[in-house]
Amino acid sequence: MIKGKFIDNLPKVYGIYTGGFLVFIILMAIAEQAGMSAKLIGIFFVAFTVSIYAIIGYLSRTLQLDAYYVAGRQVPTVFNGMATAADWMSGASFVAMAGGIYFKGYGYMALLVGWTGGYVLVASLLAPYLRKFGCYTVPDFIGTRYGGNLARVSAVIVLTVASFTYVTAQINATGTIASVALDIPFKLAVYVGLASILLCSMLGGMRAVTWTQVAQYIVLIIAYLLPVFWISNKMGAGVFPHLMLADEVARIAELEGQFGFTKNSAADLATVPKGLAGITKAHSSVNTTPWKFISLAVCMMAGTASLPHVMMRYFTTPSVKTARRSVGWSLFFIFLLYSSAPMLATLSKLSLMDPTLSTGIIGKSIADVQNIDWYQNWNQANLMFVSDFNGNGTLELNEFFMGGKAVVLATPEIAGLPYVISGLVAAGGMAAAMSTADGLVLAIANALSHDLYYKIIDPKAETAKRLIVARVLLFIIGFAGASIAALEIQGILGSVIWAFDFAMSGLFFPLVLGVWWKRANAPGAVAGMLLGLISGTAYLIWVRNGGAGFWGVTQLTFGIVGSAVSLVSMVVVSLMTKAPDAATQRMVDEVRIPSGKTVLGKQH
Amino acid sequence: MSKQEKHWEKTRNLLFVTLAIWFVFSIGIFFFGAEMEASSFRPLGYPLSYYMTCQGSLGIFVILIFWFANQQEKIDAEFGYTEKGDD
Repeated sequence: MIKGKFIDNLPKVYGIYTGGFLVFIILMAIAEQAGMSAKLIGIFFVAFTVSIYAIIGYLSRTLQLDAYYVAGRQVPTVFNGMATAADWMSGASFVAMAGGIYFKGYGYMALLVGWTGGYVLVASLLAPYLRKFGCYTVPDFIGTRYGGNLARVSAVIVLTVASFTYVTAQINATGTIASVALDIPFKLAVYVGLASILLCSMLGGMRAVTWTQVAQYIVLIIAYLLPVFWISNKMGAGVFPHLMLADEVARIAELEGQFGFTKNSAADLATVPKGLAGITKAHSSVNTTPWKFISLAVCMMAGTASLPHVMMRYFTTPSVKTARRSVGWSLFFIFLLYSSAPMLATLSKLSLMDPTLSTGIIGKSIADVQNIDWYQNWNQANLMFVSDFNGNGTLELNEFFMGGKAVVLATPEIAGLPYVISGLVAAGGMAAAMSTADGLVLAIANALSHDLYYKIIDPKAETAKRLIVARVLLFIIGFAGASIAALEIQGILGSVIWAFDFAMSGLFFPLVLGVWWKRANAPGAVAGMLLGLISGTAYLIWVRNGGAGFWGVTQLTFGIVGSAVSLVSMVVVSLMTKAPDAATQRMVDEVRIPSGKTVLGKQH
Repeated sequence: MSKQEKHWEKTRNLLFVTLAIWFVFSIGIFFFGAEMEASSFRPLGYPLSYYMTCQGSLGIFVILIFWFANQQEKIDAEFGYTEKGDD
């Protein structure tokens, strides 16, 4: 059918798609000039892109197991790279990261290093070997390599805890954007977000998610880069911001010295709306201890190499070799956005801080600032706040507060770009959050349907029944995620970081040692997964409830404790129990050779 | 040593080299954040610490993965483990 032809025509298909999207942006720009309202433009952007993803999702529907679970294992290297980049870059990367860097500077840039460095581990330690294994899901690898239902179930538990923490954050992000763009209440918008996520994945599983993720990557990267280049040029900061912002970085440091970082009193801070932050840390200078920086980076790197929704993207390539190369392409596409986030933070900060720019507000009178249109809009949305703490009538650096999300979403408007760019950014944020949520919901549903239902509960189930169960689970998990997201327990960035720590605590060493240490056996792996997860979680609860912690490990880096326990218990228990049998040892040998058949059959 | 053991030994050595480079640019240099900031070597005019966190290390990781993939393919070819008819 369209499949073979579709794969051959990918560059053309997505070329036309990209061109079409650019034409759509231009049409919207013309409509804006003709007087179309900002609200309508926002609705058009979100509705147009989401319906395209839904169409792709519908066209990719399938009734075949290997298409549903691993996209038929025929996704070409570069396209899998794009899909992985979209899968990877979530609402946290798109909406929240530049904000984090904006407020915390160097200390937060540990996330940039951590979220990219992890791919070196993926490429060298895991992805090619898991591809050779031929599994459908990550617990599938654990269950077959170590043998036994207990190992499989433990992997499903860790996967579910980590991915579910992550997915609530993503549904929260889709809800935030949908509620701003479509102007509906957040509690409702969360379910609108959920519906669009399910449209993409329900009928076609991994195949549908793959092709929508490529489409979403194209939207999100255009939406991120276009404003960065535009603002930079408009400010006269340089045509190519990534290479030319050194003067602006220096200028911010100079202005920071001039305005000074004053600490707000607790009483003053209590008047600031919840969730908003002020600039408290220097932009470019080293403002954190090496260990704090490094421990956060280490957690994000090991977490990257253990998160199942990323790993399973490399199950979809045609071969081991392409899986390896595909990791490189993934990181390249991620690099395009990540290297732009600090530039966006720089431009955004300078445009607000520099009194010589028309957009600068620091140092101006409070009353003037409160009269600016964009300030009033974002203040109403509870994302911006000023207050004259010291009563001198002018706005100080420590008297301006902004929500983390607002840095990306509001900067185009602050810098005076046409509204069409803000609409584009909303569509990009939606694409980023949706693509990640899709991958995560699918990772959980597949693990439950394949590993729990088919492999353990009903091994005789027929294909049709397996696929129905998979879809029902997909729906239930999505719905549960949305219900929890509607409660707004934890911020986006915070829950994402936790998800990495959970994954690292339970899965990192059992996965890596499964390939690299033949002596590792089932009791060891089970101990590693469960004790790792339990100790990490216990540490998190302890620190959250005022515990002092040790080794300088905070609630953002509890994966260090979890994975250390996991490694030690896995090694000790493995050595205390019987070595794996000869068949398992042969299987590990087999995994280490790229050529030849996969360890698990095509249909299993 | 069998052919397979030799292949694995080379693969493992490549892993160690890759991880060593990875370690230097993801962890090692950040022990010296303050020293990097004070350094007079400023790529493109940015302070070195700032540059490495927002571009330098990231770019090195991209190159490192492609280099690693090439080396591994060479090792696989040497032992006749290249997959056939895949790309």
